[in-house]
Amino acid sequence: MKWETVIGLEVHTQLATKSKIFSGSSTAFGAAPNTQASAVDIALPGVLPVLNKGAVECAIKFGLAIGANLNRINVFDRKNYFYPDLPKGYQISQLAKPIVEGGALKIVVDGAEKTVNLTRAHMEEDAGKSLHEDFHGMTGIDLNRAGTPLLEIVSEPEMRSSAEAVAYARALHTLVTWIGICDGNMQEGSFRVDANVSVRPVGQKEFGTRREIKNLNSFKFLQQAIDYEVRWQIETLEDGGRIEQATVLFDPDTGETRMMRSKEDAHDYRYFPDPDLLPVKLDEPWIEAVRAALPELPAAMQARFQNDYGVSVYDAAVLTGSRALADYFEAAAQACGQGKLAANWVMGELSAALNKAELDIAQSPVSATQLGTLIARIQDGTLSGKLAKQVFEGLWEGAGEVDAIIEARGLKQMSDSGELEKIVDEVLAANPKSVEEFRAGKEKAFNALVGQVMKASRGKANPAQVNELLKSKLQ
Amino acid sequence: MPDTTLSALAAQLAGKQISSRELAQQYLDRIAALNSSINAFITVDAEKTLAEAAAADALIAAGNAGPLTGVPIAHKDIFCTDGWLTTCGSKMLHNFVAPYDAHVIQRFKAAGMPSLGKTNMDEFAMGSSNETSHFGPVKNPWNPAYVPGGSSGGAAACVAARMAPAATGTDTGGSIRQPAALCGITGLKPTYGLVSRYGMIAFASSLDQAGPMAPSAEDCALLLNVMTGFDPKDSTSLEREKEDYARNLDQPLTGLRVGLPREFFAEGLNNEVAAAVETAVAELKKLGATTVEISLTNSKLAIPVYYVLAPAEASSNLSRFDGVRYGYRAPDYASLDDMYCKTRAQGFGAEVKRRILIGAYVLSHGYYDAYYLQAQKIRRLIADDFNEAFKVCDVILGPTAPGTAFKLGEKSDDPVEMYLNDLYTIPANLAGLPGMSLPCGLDSKGLPIGLQLVGNYFSEAKMLNVAHQYQRATDWHARAPEGLK
Repeated sequence: MKWETVIGLEVHTQLATKSKIFSGSSTAFGAAPNTQASAVDIALPGVLPVLNKGAVECAIKFGLAIGANLNRINVFDRKNYFYPDLPKGYQISQLAKPIVEGGALKIVVDGAEKTVNLTRAHMEEDAGKSLHEDFHGMTGIDLNRAGTPLLEIVSEPEMRSSAEAVAYARALHTLVTWIGICDGNMQEGSFRVDANVSVRPVGQKEFGTRREIKNLNSFKFLQQAIDYEVRWQIETLEDGGRIEQATVLFDPDTGETRMMRSKEDAHDYRYFPDPDLLPVKLDEPWIEAVRAALPELPAAMQARFQNDYGVSVYDAAVLTGSRALADYFEAAAQACGQGKLAANWVMGELSAALNKAELDIAQSPVSATQLGTLIARIQDGTLSGKLAKQVFEGLWEGAGEVDAIIEARGLKQMSDSGELEKIVDEVLAANPKSVEEFRAGKEKAFNALVGQVMKASRGKANPAQVNELLKSKLQ
Repeated sequence: MPDTTLSALAAQLAGKQISSRELAQQYLDRIAALNSSINAFITVDAEKTLAEAAAADALIAAGNAGPLTGVPIAHKDIFCTDGWLTTCGSKMLHNFVAPYDAHVIQRFKAAGMPSLGKTNMDEFAMGSSNETSHFGPVKNPWNPAYVPGGSSGGAAACVAARMAPAATGTDTGGSIRQPAALCGITGLKPTYGLVSRYGMIAFASSLDQAGPMAPSAEDCALLLNVMTGFDPKDSTSLEREKEDYARNLDQPLTGLRVGLPREFFAEGLNNEVAAAVETAVAELKKLGATTVEISLTNSKLAIPVYYVLAPAEASSNLSRFDGVRYGYRAPDYASLDDMYCKTRAQGFGAEVKRRILIGAYVLSHGYYDAYYLQAQKIRRLIADDFNEAFKVCDVILGPTAPGTAFKLGEKSDDPVEMYLNDLYTIPANLAGLPGMSLPCGLDSKGLPIGLQLVGNYFSEAKMLNVAHQYQRATDWHARAPEGLK
C-alpha cells in the first residue's frame, strides 16, 4: 500500500520582550534559579497579572507578516492543571479568541514553491522548569522562565513530508527573527516545535490518527523524529496494528519516539476566560503604527530579488534565509551590479567559508562591499575566476582591500596580447603531439593546450583570450 | 469604650486630646478582654500596632496628618499584610506570613491608620456564618450563641463589639453586607473595580470587592475615600477621577426615588425583618423620598448563577495552594500526586472543597456550555434588570438578609439553607453594582436587622447620602450590644 504523510506543526516562539508577559520581571536567559521570579511569577496569594503591551505588539507584527486576521478583541483564558513548575495551577493562554487567525507562509522544497496555511497564533505564558537531576531524591523548581511570553503558532495539517515540515519550520524561524519578535535561539528554547504526525493510504480523504511529538529543539531532530514516526506508524499499520492518539517524545540518542501519555491520560484543562484580565482590544491606529514599522518581509524580498537581480526561486529563498544574509547579498549585488554573480559568491564561496569557520553572516570577515568589489574585478576582466578565489582568501585573512591584494600578490589578469601570444607560441612549439591530435579532430587536445597556456601564465591569462588565440593559431 | 465616630476620633487626635498610641492601646485592651469570647481576631500584634500608632503620632506632630491619621482599623485576614500572618481563615495558610502589602493595606498605611490586627473570616471567604474558619467561629457580640454572619464575620463583630472603630471587609456575594446586617453595623460594597483587588486573596475574581465596615455611613464615606483609586497592578481596577464620598452626606432627600423590588419582599422573608424595612421606608418618605415598585425578575436565578460562577473561578483561583511553594504541605506522601491530594484534602475545609468540586465540575469538558456559559448569560440578564430599574429610581431598597442572626450550628449542615442567606445580596455582585447595609431595627430576640441599599454604578456618594440622612433621623446605628463591658 502507498502511504501519505500528514504533518501539522505547533511552534512555541519566545517573544523578545524585556519583561515577562504578566509581570515586570526580566526574561533574560541563564540567571541563577528563581532570581527572576517576582511575587506574581511565583503566584503568591493575592497577586494579579497585568498584560505586557510589548508582547501584544509582537503578536500583531506576526499577524501582519503572515497576512492573517487580527482579532480586534481577543481573550485570555485559563488552562488549569497541576504541576510544580506551574505556580498558579493554571497557565494563562488564549483558546476561543486568539489574537491571530489564518495567514500563510510560503516554503520552497526541491525548487518548488508551496503555501502552508496557518490556523492561528495565540499569546500565552511559559511555565517554569523542573530540575530532576540536580537534587537527589527531589525535584528542583526554577521559576525564572515562568511567565515568559510565548506566541504559539499553529499550522494547518498541510505538510506532506519531513522535508516540507523542516522547510516550514525554517521559514517560520526566519520570519520571527526577521521581524524581531523572537531571538530564534533553539538551544535556549526560544523556538520549540511540536509535530502532529499521521499517515493515511494515498487517496484516502480522512486523516489518520495523529501522534504529537513534543518539544523538538532543532531542525535536525524535527526531520529525524518525523521520519522515524512515519516509518513506525506505517509499519504498525501494515502489521495490522492501530495508531492510538498519543503524545510522544523524541530521543535523539536512539533516534526513536516513545510514548509520553495516551489520550486516556489527557487532561481536562477546564478552560475559561481569565477574570483577572480584560479582553485585549486592538485599535486601528495601533495596528497601522506596527505595520508601518515592519521591515520588508522575506516573501516580498524574494520576489524582488528574482525581479531585480535575476536570481532563481531557489536562490531567492536561500538568500532570504535571514535578514542579515539578505542585506549582505543586496549590498554586494549593488556594489558590483551583478546580482547573479553576487548570489553565486554569497551562496558558494562565502557560505562555505563561513560554515567551515562556524561563523554567522554578521560575523563575516569579508564585507559585502569587499565582495562586491571583488566581483566587479572579475567582471571588468582584471581577475580570472580562479585568481578571484585567491583574492577572496586574502580578504578573509584581512590582508587589505581587493585592489591592494591583487597588486601585492601579482594576480592581475594578463591583458597584454603580445605577452600572451608569446606564451601561446611557446606552448604550441613544445606540444606538437597535442597540436597534431587536435588537427586530427580530437577536441580534448585543445583543452589540454588551453591548460598548458594557463599554467605557463600562472593563471593570469584570460581564458577567453587564450581560446581565441589558440583557435586562430591552429587554423 | 465610647461610641465615637471616625471623624470624632480624628478630631480628638488632631486636637491632641488623645494620641494614636493611647487610642490604639485602648482598643488593644478591649480586644484582649473580649477576643477570647468573640474570636473576632486571628492575629493581634500589639507591638506592630503601637509602632504604627507612634508613626501616626509623629505625622500628626509634624502637621502632616490626613483626615483619618492615627485612627486605628482592623483588617480582614484576606488582605496580604507585610510581615503579618495572613491566613484567609484557612489551615492552608496557617503559617503564611505575607511578604508584601495588599493595595488596600498600602492605602490605609499611607493614610496613617494603624492596623489593630487581622480579623477572622470564613475560610477563603466562603461562608455566611463565619463557621467555616479554621480558627473557629466568630460569636455575634449581640448574643454569643448566634453567628455574626460571614464571610467578614470577624470584621463585623469587632466593630459591633467596639474592639475596633472600623474594619475592612470583602464582599463576593454579600460578605460585607450580610455580617454588617447581622451585627448591626454599616458596611458598603463598592462598584466592582473601584477598590484594587491586588493583594486581596482571590475567591471569585469577577465578583470580589473590598469595602469599609463601621458603625455609620459617614464613617464608611471617610474610609471609602482612603480605599478607592486606580491601581495599575489590578487590570480590573477602574481609572476614574478621585471623588469625595462624603461630599453629598448632608443633602436633603427631597425627590429621592426609592425602588422597592417586588421580589425582595416575597416569600422567605422574615416578618420582623419585613416590618423593620417597611418602617425604614416610611422614615425615608418622611425625609422627602418617594417610592416606586420595581421588578428584578431574574434575581430569583441569582443564587444558582452565583453557585456556578463563584465556584468555577474559585476552583481555579485556589489551585495555587498546592503545597509546593508556601503554606501547608501534608507531612507524609508517596508521590507528587499524593502530595497534592493529601495537602489539599488536609489543608482545605469542607465548604472550600465543596465549592472547588462544584467549580471543577461546571468547567469540565461537556458541562461548560450547560453551566458556566449559561450562568454568564443569566448574569447579563440580572444586570439588565437593574439597568431597567435605575431608569425609574435612584436607589433600590430592601432587606439585606431574609432573617436576623441564626444560632451557631443551626445551618452549618445544610449548605443550601446557608446559601439562601445571600439571596438579596448576590444580585449586586453579579451586576457589579454598589450595595450597602445599615442597621434598621432589632428583632424580638434583640438581634439587629439590616436594611440594604443598592445603587447604580458609581453612585456610592448618593447611597451614603441616603444612609447618612436616615442615620441622622434614627439611632439604630449608634446602638451597641449591651453586656460587653
